[in-house]
Amino acid sequence: MGKVFAVIVVAIAAVSTTIFALHLWWPPPDISVHGAGIDHELGQTMIATGVLFVAAQVALALFVWQGSDAREGRTVKRFPGGATPLVAFAVVLVGIEILALTFVGSKVWANIYIAPPDSGALHIDVQAEQFAFYFRHPGADARFGGLHPDLIDDGSGNFFGLDPANDTTARDDIVSSSLVIPVNRPILLTLHAKDVGHSFYVPDLRLQQDFVPGLVIPLHFTATRTGKYEIVCTQLCGLGHHTMRAFLEVMTPDQYDQWLKTQAAQQ
Amino acid sequence: MHTRHLWSLALAAVAAAAARAPSSGAGAAGTITGKVTFTGTPPRMRPIDMAKEPSCATQHQTPVMTETVVTGPENAVGNVVVYISAGDAAAGTPTEPARYDQKGCQYIPHVAVIQVSQPLDIYNDDQTSHNIHPLALVNPEWNKSQPPGAPPIHASYAKPEFIAVKCNVHPWMHGYFAVLTTSHHAVTGSDGGFTLPGLAPGKYTVTAWHEKFGTQSQEVTVAATGAVTANFVFKAQPY
Amino acid sequence: MPDTHGAPQGFLRQYVFSLDHKVIGKQYLGLALVAVCTGMVLSWLMRWHLGWPSAAVPGLGAVSPTGAPSGMITPEYYLSLMTMHGTIMVFFVLTTAPFAGFGNFLLPIHVGAEDMAFPRFNMMSFWVTFLAFAVLVSAFFVHDGPPISGWTAYAPLSAVGKDAGPGQGMGQTLWAVSIGLFCVGQLLGALNFIATTLDLRTKGMSLARLPYATWAWFITSVIGLIAFSVLLPACILLILDRVAGTSFFVPAGLVISDRLQPHAGGSPLLWQHLFWFFGHPEVYIAILPGFGIVSHILPAVARKPLLGPKVFIACLVTIGFLSYTVWGHHMFLSGMNPFSATLFSVPTLIITIPATVATLLWIGTLYGSKLRFNTAALFCLGFISVFVSGGLSGFFLAQPSVDVYLHGTYFVVGHFHFVMGVAAMFGIFAATYFWFPKMFGRMMNETLGKWHFILTFIGVYCVFMPMHFLGLAGDVRRYSAFTDDYMKGSLPLHRFITVAALFTGAAQLLFLYNLVRSRFRGPLAPANPWDATSLEWSTASPPPHDNFGGQPPTVFHGPNEYGVAGRSGDYIMQASPEPEPAA
Repeated sequence: MGKVFAVIVVAIAAVSTTIFALHLWWPPPDISVHGAGIDHELGQTMIATGVLFVAAQVALALFVWQGSDAREGRTVKRFPGGATPLVAFAVVLVGIEILALTFVGSKVWANIYIAPPDSGALHIDVQAEQFAFYFRHPGADARFGGLHPDLIDDGSGNFFGLDPANDTTARDDIVSSSLVIPVNRPILLTLHAKDVGHSFYVPDLRLQQDFVPGLVIPLHFTATRTGKYEIVCTQLCGLGHHTMRAFLEVMTPDQYDQWLKTQAAQQ
Repeated sequence: MHTRHLWSLALAAVAAAAARAPSSGAGAAGTITGKVTFTGTPPRMRPIDMAKEPSCATQHQTPVMTETVVTGPENAVGNVVVYISAGDAAAGTPTEPARYDQKGCQYIPHVAVIQVSQPLDIYNDDQTSHNIHPLALVNPEWNKSQPPGAPPIHASYAKPEFIAVKCNVHPWMHGYFAVLTTSHHAVTGSDGGFTLPGLAPGKYTVTAWHEKFGTQSQEVTVAATGAVTANFVFKAQPY
Repeated sequence: MPDTHGAPQGFLRQYVFSLDHKVIGKQYLGLALVAVCTGMVLSWLMRWHLGWPSAAVPGLGAVSPTGAPSGMITPEYYLSLMTMHGTIMVFFVLTTAPFAGFGNFLLPIHVGAEDMAFPRFNMMSFWVTFLAFAVLVSAFFVHDGPPISGWTAYAPLSAVGKDAGPGQGMGQTLWAVSIGLFCVGQLLGALNFIATTLDLRTKGMSLARLPYATWAWFITSVIGLIAFSVLLPACILLILDRVAGTSFFVPAGLVISDRLQPHAGGSPLLWQHLFWFFGHPEVYIAILPGFGIVSHILPAVARKPLLGPKVFIACLVTIGFLSYTVWGHHMFLSGMNPFSATLFSVPTLIITIPATVATLLWIGTLYGSKLRFNTAALFCLGFISVFVSGGLSGFFLAQPSVDVYLHGTYFVVGHFHFVMGVAAMFGIFAATYFWFPKMFGRMMNETLGKWHFILTFIGVYCVFMPMHFLGLAGDVRRYSAFTDDYMKGSLPLHRFITVAALFTGAAQLLFLYNLVRSRFRGPLAPANPWDATSLEWSTASPPPHDNFGGQPPTVFHGPNEYGVAGRSGDYIMQASPEPEPAA
């Protein structure tokens, strides 16, 4: 029985590690400026945990295999050095790992969430609601209109609750269901929620941030490749949570300008 | 002399009887027709971006527009529910179900008129799940998910009410159920015209309801035969 | 002095409203058994839907005509299955069985006492827990169904009432009431464990000589006392927001179902902080008894002492303490101050050290061992393997920068299922196979047990390891279907997981059958079938009403005397007056 268990453990460890190592399921190519840091951390962690995983499972399997030796007269043996080398190994090895990951990882984190956005960043307002995302550009006057929740009327397309009757800055706001941005340009999103908690997740951008009702949360990034990517909601928000998505369209600057003109004409 | 009195009496009796009689049947041949128009500038309708739901977006060659204010030639207003709100005798409950479709991620028709207790069948004709949520305030409120291929939802409402309908999954989907007591109702098309036939002579209040412009009513007297005209003019504002 | 009581008379007093910790422990285990079967069925329905979203479940339409018309699971039904699955498993299985169940049965015996310090509180704590379960289950039967906000019940979704969606009316309120009651039950239980451990130890039972499972239950109780004391008021505040018009968790200006909500001034983050301040210690409440159970059983089946017992206790204490400093790692992306991410990440990584040490001590104990491969042993060995797997995936999530990508994905689902759904469950299985003879006086069938283990061990790896792959590919959790373009390709792997889950679930029938059959037809158990040292093996199987037949034991040794020349063999029992051999 012990030998069977040991073989199964080693087989599981081998199969799992192989699948991880071959990147059979892996994040999509990174299209952001900050993503390289995340991918590096992920890769380093994968290697470190992979080594520990294999070592621990093999040690377990080996000692169980040896422990299944049912010969008479065998005496039990104490681990050489007792608990001390194990404690030392754990404290030192894991300790070094922790320091390294924290030191490097906190820089990666700070770049995304603590560093301020580029001063020339293109500001797009984002609203999350049950069950769609809507995006707002400030329009030609470069100013966003005020938001009035009591004026929200989804059926008329007034998702944000703008008051164009009384608020002239709101009249040229461009509201869109897709996040359309130019490539290689710093973008600043301000996230707010209309109803309950939601989250903004773009795996390709290596970016994720919760929307919190009552807060306006800034999020900045720069996309480095054109294309169409999906934005999905990762904070359970109700029955339509799994349908809640929008498309991120990263365009060349010319295409973006053209898109902006077309949108402005429709508002 | 005696005969003329008899004739007057008879006429009065018939008139009295007709006033009490239901509008259908003998003596109910009057009609109210009219047109609903607007003055001023109506709000612009916007194209609906169905990017989140490609299975619906691909069903439309050009993007559909929001339907809050549907206008037509000569300032006509569509989707106005015109109905008899007073003076009408009690109507029976129709057994024929009304139909409401979710197709191309739109509600068809935008405004569905049903009578109290009339069955309403709601169909999902799309490849995607809808969750229909009629926001009733007087009647019980409910919402139901309808995956593609699910059987129609059977509903009915016991009290008259104009009920806004939304889809929990697709925020741009909006429509209305107009639950009425009367069997005399019409919804204007984009030409703004309506006809209410089969009315007995008498005094009626005709009401026109529009989801954005509000409600207007008029008193109309219907003769024994022929049409009476009642037009409605709503004031429109750009925002 | 405990509130001693004579043997009860009558069916109700003996088996229903009993003050005897042994009966109460079995009642908790019975409740957990019903809960785990319910939770498993819910998970099968979830997995079925994820693998085959348009396939109807035969018969489900008759059970749930609204939630699953014609047997087709609607999105809200899926989310309510998920919410109830998580709630039932975390509270009524993982907190109830290893801690309240086995702890209640064994702790007084381990310390050499006749019963818990407060037997009436003990009985109350079970019945309050039972009531909590009944209230939770009643959410299935209310008009709008059970809540859909997950076991984490984030506000405002959970706080605003029925506008937020189906299940968020009465169902969510019942959920909050149930969990509040559960907290009360567990607080009473924790008080009992602590008082009994500190005050009712028999002569010679110093704290240093406590069995390791007892230490684990003791530390778990201390953690629970603080954690449940925070969750209880949080649930009360949630109920007030829902029914009394307060706004602890709901800010102004929310428009839900086209209605402006009449709240102002609240903070959704406040709920998250309160919940996770409880929630993270809760997962240690779920696993530490398993740590103790493995450390208790492993020496007996390895026939050698646990390596580094004092270090092991220190690990338990350290984990208990650190468990209160890490809750923010569930909230890295929640919108709280980003500086706090580093603040929470450091202790989260540091807590891996005592967990690693404990794991290495177990593996080190296995070095040079003479293993007896009974089913309890196998589940302990399996525990080590799956805890390694689950613990290591936590390493990724502990770093905020990596969590940016993995938060909210199936990677998290794989991680917590490995440590809670598998490791903690393996602890429960090991405890069952080990202590069944003591509790019921009969042996369980070893052949069935071994098959149960092998099929389950392979099965759980097939179910939960692939979830890490899905998470790396960006598959999002709590989705009732994967219709997004980039997730469509994950369907084959989801189907594999579903098949593995149904297969592993079926394997549990072996366990259920074994339980029932052995209860009535198992061979009679001797007092000490495992040649183990702790006090429960010094008394009959099952023990008499007052545990030691009127003779409270005197303790001469710690629990770790294995692999030594003793009178009965290669071990010395704690209550045996023989001297330990010279070192």
